Amino acid sequence: MENKIKKVDLIFEKVDHLAILDKSFKRTSDEIILDVIDSGLRGRGGAGFPTGLKWKFAKNEEADQKYAICNADEGEPGTFKDREILTQVPEKVLAGMALCGKAIGATEGYIYLRAEYNFLLPMLHEKMREFNQQMKERNFEFTVFVRSGSGAYVCGEETALMESMEGHRGEPRNKPPFPTQKGYLGKPTSINNVETLVFALMIGHLGPQTFKELGTFDSRGSKVFSISGDTPKAGIYELELGMSLEDFVNEFGDGDTKAVQVGGASGFCVARKHFKETLIGFEGIPTGGSMMLFNSSRSMFNILHDYLEFFEEESCGQCTPCRVGCQQLLKGIEAVKKGTKLPGYLNELQKLSDTMKIASKCGLGQSVGNPFNSIINNFREEIIY
Amino acid sequence: MSKYKVNLKINNIPVSVDEGTTILEAARELNFNIPILCNHDDLCVAGNCRVCVVEQKGARLLPAACATPVSEGMEIMTNSMKVRQARKHIVELLLSEHNADCTKCFKNGSCELQDISNEYRIGVHVFLDLVKEKDKVQDISSPSIVKDDSKCIRCQRCVRTCAQLQHVSALAVTNKGNHMRVSTFLNKPMNDVVCTNCGQCINRCPTAALTERSYVDQVFDMIYDPTKFVVVQTAPATRVAIGEEFGLEPGTRVTGKMVAALRRLGFDKVLDTDFTADLTIIEEGNELLRRLKEALVDGKDVALPMMTSCSPGWIKFQEHLYPELLDNLSTCKSPQQMFGPLAKTYYAEKVNKNPADMVVVSIMPCTAKKFEAERPEMRGSGYKDVDFVLTTRELGMMIRQAGIDFNKLENEGYDSILGESTGAAVIFGATGGVMEAALRSAYEIVTGREVPFSNLNIKPVRGMEGVKEAAIKIKDVLPEWKFLEGVELKVAIAHGLVNAKILMDRVKDGTANFHFIEIMACPSGCIGGGGQPIPTNMEIRKKRAAGIYEEDEHMTLRKSHLNPEVAEIYKSFLHEPLGHRSHDLLHTHYYPRKRH
Repeated sequence: MENKIKKVDLIFEKVDHLAILDKSFKRTSDEIILDVIDSGLRGRGGAGFPTGLKWKFAKNEEADQKYAICNADEGEPGTFKDREILTQVPEKVLAGMALCGKAIGATEGYIYLRAEYNFLLPMLHEKMREFNQQMKERNFEFTVFVRSGSGAYVCGEETALMESMEGHRGEPRNKPPFPTQKGYLGKPTSINNVETLVFALMIGHLGPQTFKELGTFDSRGSKVFSISGDTPKAGIYELELGMSLEDFVNEFGDGDTKAVQVGGASGFCVARKHFKETLIGFEGIPTGGSMMLFNSSRSMFNILHDYLEFFEEESCGQCTPCRVGCQQLLKGIEAVKKGTKLPGYLNELQKLSDTMKIASKCGLGQSVGNPFNSIINNFREEIIY
Repeated sequence: MSKYKVNLKINNIPVSVDEGTTILEAARELNFNIPILCNHDDLCVAGNCRVCVVEQKGARLLPAACATPVSEGMEIMTNSMKVRQARKHIVELLLSEHNADCTKCFKNGSCELQDISNEYRIGVHVFLDLVKEKDKVQDISSPSIVKDDSKCIRCQRCVRTCAQLQHVSALAVTNKGNHMRVSTFLNKPMNDVVCTNCGQCINRCPTAALTERSYVDQVFDMIYDPTKFVVVQTAPATRVAIGEEFGLEPGTRVTGKMVAALRRLGFDKVLDTDFTADLTIIEEGNELLRRLKEALVDGKDVALPMMTSCSPGWIKFQEHLYPELLDNLSTCKSPQQMFGPLAKTYYAEKVNKNPADMVVVSIMPCTAKKFEAERPEMRGSGYKDVDFVLTTRELGMMIRQAGIDFNKLENEGYDSILGESTGAAVIFGATGGVMEAALRSAYEIVTGREVPFSNLNIKPVRGMEGVKEAAIKIKDVLPEWKFLEGVELKVAIAHGLVNAKILMDRVKDGTANFHFIEIMACPSGCIGGGGQPIPTNMEIRKKRAAGIYEEDEHMTLRKSHLNPEVAEIYKSFLHEPLGHRSHDLLHTHYYPRKRH
């Protein structure tokens, strides 16, 4: 069979990050931002906001202080690529942050590190010390700091992350104002995923064209995937965006794949019958990197149950649709399974998940409906019987 | 400063509003009602209950109307199909985690969640009941506040109140997800934490998660008991607010109706805390003058500035958070606690009653007074000085239960002895009032002349500014006060404990050189007290304050030292201010408490 999956090596490729920065420092902010816009790079954390635009918004704000934050609170179940990027090429991440700092006019950068990744701290401190010194030698005013999370999934949400950094409870803020207007400590802030920052650096290195040539119209470039589940080849792969899920499963499946959960617990479940028409990218199903494969030995009820237990616990609890909605969805499928509620109750729950999608305060509550509806629509009988 | 105007459409009707206006406010301008639960005029925006979601044309999400500013060209629908479905879902979700035993609930009929579910006529409840049995156990450890987690809808109004208005944070959010709840430090009982019992959280709680500890039944029992002689005292601020319980405008002066209602309820004597407010001015004024003399003449190291001690929430705040400044507090008991021991000694003798058979009930705008009455120091008469403290709201409840048509009552007057009062006492109810009353008397005692303000109205100490400062030059004094000649008496006033903190920090670091400071725990003073009718907001409190100052202007006597009953009690019983009897009955001391 022809191998349709294109493996790419931009993220982990060793480059002279300082040389890239030296070159970038000679350019104007606008030139850097224009390149990133031109490349079509979209945020790699999952939401996919155009990175260049985010930088432009932050740059256009007038303020005495701005911040560049690297979101390394990689908490989405099934995602483990940022850990690998930080381990393998930490200097590229730091350089990406400095590039962002140059672009938006920030003199301080913060890495918000997932609590479970604290084992990386000694290494990161070492690299940061070195990097900060290198910036000083170049007379470029930019210092990187690291802040450790406390274990809450919701702190990966950008505004909850900043609340946490400020020492408050990790609860998402109301938007607007957006972080680029009022972010960390009320100052304009660009907050980008680890992988996004490295891609931005590579765009600074290779120019937008190389990146643009990869992928599809809406999903330029490549993406680092965390592949797990029923696969003989679990691990981290950088792949060109825009592949079909069928090609993906042909490459990574164990021959008995019944469903793929694309984008982690908050993503979508795709059943085998839809593999062919499903495209991995912003035109189809976007992902922050997590691809979980399930074969026929898995109970989709248990999978959904696990996800809902996760959300029930990881909701910050602040807004009604998410806090109570998650509990109702979980208790609801249990009741249907036990027979204390009729199967038709699933329809009520699906309507509820639609409300959660549009009325929750942040992305967490808004995305619980993704796995819920996609699993129920595809595997209704497994939930009921 | 002129603001930019933003043009938008709400339900297809164009409207032009100031930049920065929220969708909720813009909708109100067009008389569209959008329900709210977490939003409150006194608090910062939270946007967490989500009942105010609306549909914005072209947007994927439903924005929360309370938390979203308008933008140019915005098209908002407040009652679209999507909005209706979402709002109904949200109310149903809230009800599913709420112990909806409405007919048995303390807030039955005055619950904001009940109002919304009433509008939506939630009939058959689709979702599962999530109320945990253990949450149904109420925390009744505090003599002032009852906390019932099974009623809590996590709107966090109380949390914001306690932090933003009071700088106490006795209540905070703990845990997340399904375990998220509003809790005290380490989930300790309410009587064992930094809570000042101010009750501001109760005033803002949309449900019955936080309510006052009610003593209505016990008070009725005392009234029904023929062996008991039950006297009632009423605080200054209740008389301009109790009308709200019967549909009257905030600030309506109903002193006469209130007295009539109390008599019909069966209290044996209806007396006035305003009497002891006047007495407080004499005691506290003399204490201030003594401290000034000791500082200026005797060169003693006395604690200045002196601070008022009328507000028990403030006292407990100080005991918890600024124990090093306890000596600055006036040793005077609050008017309520001056009344108690006098009723059971001086008054009992006059009316020939055995104090053991006497029951003193007070009607207060305050929940902290319930705690204050329980303090072990408050037994100067040899008995519990004040037996029961009821809030303004509880009095409203009693009047309704007794079937008294409040609005149709004819005015009646207080009974004599401990019933006479002046305008200076009634203004205790508003922030700055104690200061104004004290200045009216102290200035006159020292100079022999009235305070140099038109019609005795000391305007600089009035108003709703958080921290107020004023200075008054003392000139041409009477011979015995020579040491005060030329002194500029500097005073400051704060209301709301967050403002008290600002002032205390200045006192602590030595940047405040005041002689006298008035502090009231509640925003706007007692008129905004935790026991006052719900709802509350700045507009309501301003109306109540206007009622207080109107009451003052209508009094014949407006200076505490002219109260004839006060003169009489000094002549026949107390003998002199700060004297031996005063010390035993009218003064107290304070204890440091832990900070959490």
